[in-house]
Amino acid sequence: MTTTKAPATIEVAITAEPLEDRPSGEGRDGRSGAEVRFSGRVRDESGRVQALFLEHYPGMTENALEKIAGHARERWPLNAIEIIHRVGEIRIGEEIVRVVVWAGHRHAAFEACAFLMDILKSQVPLWKKELSDDGWHWVEARERDAEAAARWMGGPSERAR
Amino acid sequence: MSDAVIEVRFFAALRERVGEEILRVSPPAEVGTVAALCDWLAAGYPAVAAAFEATPRRMVAINEELATPDSAVAAGDTVALFPPVTGG
Repeated sequence: MTTTKAPATIEVAITAEPLEDRPSGEGRDGRSGAEVRFSGRVRDESGRVQALFLEHYPGMTENALEKIAGHARERWPLNAIEIIHRVGEIRIGEEIVRVVVWAGHRHAAFEACAFLMDILKSQVPLWKKELSDDGWHWVEARERDAEAAARWMGGPSERAR
Repeated sequence: MSDAVIEVRFFAALRERVGEEILRVSPPAEVGTVAALCDWLAAGYPAVAAAFEATPRRMVAINEELATPDSAVAAGDTVALFPPVTGG
């Protein structure tokens, strides 16, 4: 037996197709005791929002997702990472983003998944527009998203080690 | 047209407010940082000045890597300007 561990596999994608049609792979190889999946969905904001439109920076967006997945892989012992973000027009209740992390144990998987979402929301070039009764409006970035990302910048987590 | 061109790209609300997706510009050599480039653009393009005013918080990427106002820019670079990101 060798103690060398294969690096976590990384799969990222940007797509205009519904994520609901897309199964997530991995995880059944016997190595991963933990699979943590986050799905971000379009909220109706009490009926105010009818749809979302997501714009991105083709090329840079995919590279930025690869990069944050690489950071997660350096920081936690993971087996695989999948990040898929939808672009274009998206209806209420549909999936906007899916982050799935497979790891030997749950703490690493939970923390890496939360890290990936927090960093994605503040550093990956994607922009939301909302359709409401008075037309399309760009969504303003929220301070608390930047703060959530900043919380991860203080050094590696000890809990998941 | 010389090679001394910087490609400036705009995204989301900033693109709509500028009314252009891409500007190819040749600023003088002393325009060496993102901040200086933004000042130079605002001085020469009224639509950019108005868009910057309407979008005071902005992010920047140079050659598809996130950068800061102090980052160096040079001929051949692609500089992307955009509002704070809102994915996820």
